[in-house]
Amino acid sequence: MKKNTVIEDLHRTQETEKSKTYLESVKMQDVARECGVPAAQVYGVATFYTMFSTKPRGKHIIRICCNLACHLEGADSIVDALKGKLGVEIGGTSKDGEFTLEQSSCLGLCAEAPAMMIDGQTYGSLTPESVGKILDTIRKGA
Amino acid sequence: MPTSKSHTDKKNIPCGQNRLVLGNVGVINPESIDEYIAAKGYDALKKALSAMKPAQVIAEVKTSELRGRGGAGFPTAIKWAGAANEKSDVKYVICNADEGEPGTFKDRAIMEGDPHKLIEGMALAGYATGASKGYIYVRGEYTLSIARLAKAAADARAKGFLGENIQGSGFNFDLEVLRGAGAYICGEESALIESIEGKRGEPRLKPPYPVQKGLWQKPTVVNNVETLANIPAIVLNGGEWYRAIGVEGSRGTKVFCLMGDLNWKGVVEIPFGAPLSKIIKEMGGGVKKDRKLKGVILGGVSGSLLTARELDTPVDFKSLALIESGPGSGAIIALDETRSIVDVVDNIAHFFMHESCGRCTPCRAGNEQIVHLIGKIRKGDGSHADLKKLEELGWNMYQTSFCPLGQTAPNILLQSLKKYRGEWEACLAGKKEKCACCAC
Repeated sequence: MKKNTVIEDLHRTQETEKSKTYLESVKMQDVARECGVPAAQVYGVATFYTMFSTKPRGKHIIRICCNLACHLEGADSIVDALKGKLGVEIGGTSKDGEFTLEQSSCLGLCAEAPAMMIDGQTYGSLTPESVGKILDTIRKGA
Repeated sequence: MPTSKSHTDKKNIPCGQNRLVLGNVGVINPESIDEYIAAKGYDALKKALSAMKPAQVIAEVKTSELRGRGGAGFPTAIKWAGAANEKSDVKYVICNADEGEPGTFKDRAIMEGDPHKLIEGMALAGYATGASKGYIYVRGEYTLSIARLAKAAADARAKGFLGENIQGSGFNFDLEVLRGAGAYICGEESALIESIEGKRGEPRLKPPYPVQKGLWQKPTVVNNVETLANIPAIVLNGGEWYRAIGVEGSRGTKVFCLMGDLNWKGVVEIPFGAPLSKIIKEMGGGVKKDRKLKGVILGGVSGSLLTARELDTPVDFKSLALIESGPGSGAIIALDETRSIVDVVDNIAHFFMHESCGRCTPCRAGNEQIVHLIGKIRKGDGSHADLKKLEELGWNMYQTSFCPLGQTAPNILLQSLKKYRGEWEACLAGKKEKCACCAC
């Protein structure tokens, strides 16, 4: 059977350019051509899975978990701190284009709740103060 | 703070466990195949390839009475025999590592802490069922699991435990580690298969079941990470040995994830049959701040809600079924006396509204209506008629949703309306002392 690698190809496309953390339509068409599937199917996939975005995003993607274990440990206050620090709502990108704030389903970091992920790195036992420091460190390193 | 590299801290692990699956976790270096081999790793695969026929492997698993650890508890040997009996040029083994049930991180502990055990279990499943190709479908957010599995697979290939003619036996089996991209529904096996095929993760109509027509319409075994991680020990020590652990109907051990209002949080592994109260006390170190326990969510947010009075029930499939519960994924979320049940249910409702794949109406529209009604009640605009509506809606979704996501989404809601009715009514009446939740 011919292997269909739409999802892996979309991951790679989205990861290739650091300045483009989303899927441009021309690139989705490339994936469709390479995988031999209709462009509509690729678009359908890209809009189904939360890790893909068809709209421009910031350089770094923040995935904050608000599911039960994190919620019980005060995830709401972490979300508020992030919103305040970045000046955005969930789904928004900070003005400097550094961060996009997304809400994620359970990240499996329940023993270290409240938790979040920024790009590939996980962060646990968050406090409203500690998230500010984490963002500053990433901003400096960028 | 960045989290510790993996869930493998040796210190503070509660004692009194029986770590069959987690035995190497926190003990060996998960990135070293030599350390795994030194800990009897790949001995089961060598034993099976040199001294057992595929049917004998299935027979041992049957004797062990191993049941799936993903939540549904289906007997593993029946699934394997089903795939083995199918006549097909190609068969597949898929490991469902799309761990997304809120409150569940046991598979992550296995993949990060002992990835070779899963790979050995996969190869044994391939040998038993006649499959020569495997896929481990890991949720995209588990970056460390993905990296460790990919390295482990490459190392296993280099040492001749994967690939062609494994250990000179003539048996060929190789596997690939695939990434998900963020969709809870892909934990449902047929949605997972759709996702591997490069499509939206929408479940398929069953039958045909995956063992008949699965990946690319070929016979496919889909097993959870923990299920497969049990296989090497069963093959090495025999099904009888395994069967001696646990209780009737629920043999072996189960990995539980402890969290919420407990003094200790993390993964533990104990034989089936211990009462929840004992697990909470002895493994979880009791309730934080010496508070009383209000209830426990068992098996994740699609699982069940148990009151403090029900906690002496032994955790096994049979005993829990009597109180309309089950071990599910093994998540144990403790709620202390200060927690609002309405708030907890509201959080769960939002999760399901977000994660419904949208394919069938009861789930797509039902979850949205649940969120709407709970919001109305919490705002102080609710009435008894709304509680009735929630009950009807939940029951409707349970009966008519296309797949287990929509069928189980209202579980905790419905149980809370039965077991914690007072809290919902207090919320309606706006009594603050009974309802720590909200604006009421």
